[in-house]
Amino acid sequence: MNAAKLRQQIAFIVLGVVTLFVIAPILLTIFYVTKNGIGAISWEFITQPPRNGMRQGGIFPAIVGTILLVVGTMLFSLPLGVLSAIYLVEYARDNFFTRLVKLSVVNLSGIPSIVYGLFGFTMFVLFLRLGTSILAGSLTLAIMSLPVIITATKEALESVPVSFREISLSLGATKWQTVRHCVLPYAVPGILTGTVLSLGRAAGETAPILFTVAAFYLPRLPRSLFDQVMALPYHLYVISTQVPNMPAELSFATGFVLIALVFLMNLASIILRAHYRKKRLW
Amino acid sequence: MELVPKIETVGLNLYYGDFLALKGINMKIPGQNITAIVGPSGCGKSTLLRCFNRMNDLIEHTKVEGKIVIDGLNILEPDTDLISLRKKVGMVFQRPNVFDLSIYNNLKFGLRIHRMLDGKDEIIQSIRGGLEQVGLWQELKDKLGNNARTLMLEQQQRLCIARVLILKPDIILLDEPCSALDPIATLRIEELLQALKQEYTLVIVTHNMQQAARASDYTGFMYLGELVEFGQTNQVFTNPKQELTENYISGHFG
Repeated sequence: MNAAKLRQQIAFIVLGVVTLFVIAPILLTIFYVTKNGIGAISWEFITQPPRNGMRQGGIFPAIVGTILLVVGTMLFSLPLGVLSAIYLVEYARDNFFTRLVKLSVVNLSGIPSIVYGLFGFTMFVLFLRLGTSILAGSLTLAIMSLPVIITATKEALESVPVSFREISLSLGATKWQTVRHCVLPYAVPGILTGTVLSLGRAAGETAPILFTVAAFYLPRLPRSLFDQVMALPYHLYVISTQVPNMPAELSFATGFVLIALVFLMNLASIILRAHYRKKRLW
Repeated sequence: MELVPKIETVGLNLYYGDFLALKGINMKIPGQNITAIVGPSGCGKSTLLRCFNRMNDLIEHTKVEGKIVIDGLNILEPDTDLISLRKKVGMVFQRPNVFDLSIYNNLKFGLRIHRMLDGKDEIIQSIRGGLEQVGLWQELKDKLGNNARTLMLEQQQRLCIARVLILKPDIILLDEPCSALDPIATLRIEELLQALKQEYTLVIVTHNMQQAARASDYTGFMYLGELVEFGQTNQVFTNPKQELTENYISGHFG
């Protein structure tokens, strides 16, 4: 075997091993959480509120809370993020203002989540007087999700070939008609991926909801957008660190439900993407 | 007697940033004829073509000076209605750029954006008219629901021409429309262009000298952003006034 071929072999093996190292933590985490938590998963666990100082019963209010927060986050961040990305890519000329906006988006993604939490608390809870509520929590999480959605949408739009826009414009279409019919349909898969990634993160974040929405213990379900809710990540933190004599199995089971929820969201986006590829609007 | 030009450029300069891509172009393109614009790569021929429907507006940092008069109107005026301009001045691109949609929807697109939809019968009539003009109706009338990307390249390019014709333009700009096609398909597209010139003004950019000689009535030769020579194709090819033109068409460079 000559030297070049040998080096090729070595490179192949090294790259393969490195890739394995990347997958290993994910698989191990899922395996570990599942192994330790699956025993506590039952119909009662996912449909009942916690009892007996949260040491028994289920986590139903926290599941509902997290789902509400994810939906709320999406309602605010998806239109805002997608529309501003469309503006940046399709409409904005390259000038000082545009560069400032782009810079802000990059910086926004570098802000630690606890700072978002503090901002949401002072801005939404206190200043806008929304109180610690689903609304305040969703808005805070939405701001946190914006950079990822904007960046993903920008990249998805930029990857649509210029020629698609050219034909449409050369036929006399307006900019909006062009974006709506010749650009967006091709960008939807990328936008969906970015959105689901950011919502997955929003579902799992504790810091931004700490001061804005999360309840320590609230077995009843919320009645309005101005109510507090329990949320899975915060509940996990509470039962893991704040409650003495807590069976560890329950913590892992809660973690398992959280992972499963995020996984389901990913699955939904994959199905939606496949569906969208098959059926274009026109 | 001199013909009234369909398109006339007066002292047309175009800058990409600081780079002067078109230098003082003065050109009178007659109506109901085929005008070819030839020249080596990068001479500005596509840039010039894209001035006539203001597609250069899409590129940032371009600046245009001078006048382009189409039917007596200077289309470089800032208040020009680009939508009706582009409806009147259609464009066919180098690659057959069909949408990833059915043949039917490819043709319907233009009707839809210009609100030319008045009932299903009229749509079918216009689509049929467009396809008949490019000689595709017989082949495709039962396959209008098929995806346009499944057609042969020549058919796709014909479809692109039909997509323009359906909007009832006056002028059709063609940017190297045959460069993706084989020689036989090229000849057939040229035949189509000959038929279309009865009704439309055609301006074709090509790097293929034989094509310009065969298919055009007037030829403009461009070099380094300047219009070196413009005249009847016969005259430009057999008796060019400029040495540069002669050298180029006889194959000395380019």
